[in-house]
Amino acid sequence: MNLLGQRRQTSLAPNYIILGLLLLFALCPLVILGFNSVKSNIDIAQNPLGPPRALHLENYPTAWEVGGFANTTLNSVYLVVSTVAGVLMLGGLAAYSLARLNPPGSNLFMLYMLGGSTLPIWLFLVPLFFLWRTLGLYNTLYGLTIIYIALNSPLAVFLLRSYMLSLPADFEDAARVDGANELQVFFRIVLPLSWPGFLTVGLVVALGVWSEFQIALIFVNDPKLFPVTTSYYQFTSRFTRDWALTSAAAVMMILPILIIFLALQRRFIEGLTQGGLRA
Amino acid sequence: MAHAQEVSAVGQKTTLRSKAGRRFFRKIVVPWLFIMPIFIIHLIVVAGPSLSAFYYSLTEWSGLGEAEFIGLENFRELIFEDMTYRRALRNNLVWLSFFITVPFILALVTAGFLAQVRRGSMFFRTALFIPYILPSVIVASIWRNLLSPSVGIGGQLAKAGVEGADIAFLGNTKLALLAIAFVDNWHFWGFLMVLFLAAMQSIPVDLYDAAKIDGANRWQEFWNVTIPGIRPTLAFMLMMVAVWSFLVFEYVWLLTQGGPAGASEVLGTMIFKQAFNRFEAGYAAAIGLTMSLFAVMIIGLFTFLRRRGWEI
Repeated sequence: MNLLGQRRQTSLAPNYIILGLLLLFALCPLVILGFNSVKSNIDIAQNPLGPPRALHLENYPTAWEVGGFANTTLNSVYLVVSTVAGVLMLGGLAAYSLARLNPPGSNLFMLYMLGGSTLPIWLFLVPLFFLWRTLGLYNTLYGLTIIYIALNSPLAVFLLRSYMLSLPADFEDAARVDGANELQVFFRIVLPLSWPGFLTVGLVVALGVWSEFQIALIFVNDPKLFPVTTSYYQFTSRFTRDWALTSAAAVMMILPILIIFLALQRRFIEGLTQGGLRA
Repeated sequence: MAHAQEVSAVGQKTTLRSKAGRRFFRKIVVPWLFIMPIFIIHLIVVAGPSLSAFYYSLTEWSGLGEAEFIGLENFRELIFEDMTYRRALRNNLVWLSFFITVPFILALVTAGFLAQVRRGSMFFRTALFIPYILPSVIVASIWRNLLSPSVGIGGQLAKAGVEGADIAFLGNTKLALLAIAFVDNWHFWGFLMVLFLAAMQSIPVDLYDAAKIDGANRWQEFWNVTIPGIRPTLAFMLMMVAVWSFLVFEYVWLLTQGGPAGASEVLGTMIFKQAFNRFEAGYAAAIGLTMSLFAVMIIGLFTFLRRRGWEI
């Protein structure tokens, strides 16, 4: 036993060496990004990969100003909040109906959602663009929100449904006996009991919307309405040579994500790996 | 007395009818009312436009005004005349072969090493997952600089005396597509690794004990216990990654927009340019339809192999 245990311990060294190398591969680019966000451009030109020689924290307020972050952050927060609220509300209602009320034909609906979530986005993006233009939804934040709600709804419906199925139905039955209608049961019993499921879905959807680029690029053309991603893209193409400013802007964009991810990583990873089928 | 009976019978009838009505309302109307809002939104955004793509692919349409029906002309042009389409498709196949090998090998090996480790296991899992949660615009901008021949890694190596290291990866027709795939993979492989790790951790420990008793070495253990143990996850992800590799757009658009000289053009960037720069919406819809056909073919292939008894 002792012999075995010893052999195990010594044989783990190569594991740690390889994991350490991969860790460097994954995180070095981020460390360099952090370094460059506080360098001057002269410093970057001479020393683009190493630690800063002097701190230039003024890069941050400058990038915030020049990149128009005050406005784009608001746009992105609007998109995140309204999409998450819409997906949780409408997806939650549908999930509750599927988990507990079993209406006839609900299997067909689930089959539809499953099929719809595997359709290549390029199949419907072009007709959708011209439909949105006809309906006056092109170049509006609520038009973008509706698309985000639709694209995130299969994930929400399936994840929330399976979460609700794992809960006992006793409380709901008791509430019904007391004369509550289904809407009351949903809001007073199901919602408070399944909050962990709602939180997981909310986090995954919020991360997706905050980072989303492709659809925002196509459906919003007015710089005043840009979310942080398309605005950052424009910013980097205008200031290609200004690595210090673009790095500071990048850090401002990813810092909130990193903090929330590290605080709630179990839930994030669970949600992203269970239902987050995005490349 | 008779009168009273009649009244109560009538009363019973109406309560019966309203009971059936209430039942119908509670068992069918209310549940479907809960499903309807998300269903309608999904129909408008996904199903409707998807169906209309079939029609528009048969038309000459600028997106504004009437679409002119031209039959299979778009597809004829795509298959027989459009050299850009041919190149884009070939690039998508290169992308596919890159993504069903490189990230899978990287993720399998890493998850294999990580599954044996106790101390620090959570730390490594979280840290290696971080690139996956970053927005594509940020990942692209970080690597555009790191791959640049002046301020990037290559440029610094050249300055330090490594001759010829200052390669313009993204400006080179031979290297651009692979460089983009490398960047996308840097972002993606941690996700795959965490999926495989979770699958590996649910393999029963007795299987490993049995393999040890049989005198299996590490490699044999990995090949004969670990890989079969995660086969369902592995096969499903191979299928999904193959399907996704036809949809690729963001990293190509962000890093090269399909250039230089069309060297990294893929179907996604081609559709984008046709639809939103040239307003050839009918043609773009036709490309989108062929892309969906490739996705269906991949899913069909996997289903076929499974029916033939492959354990995937």
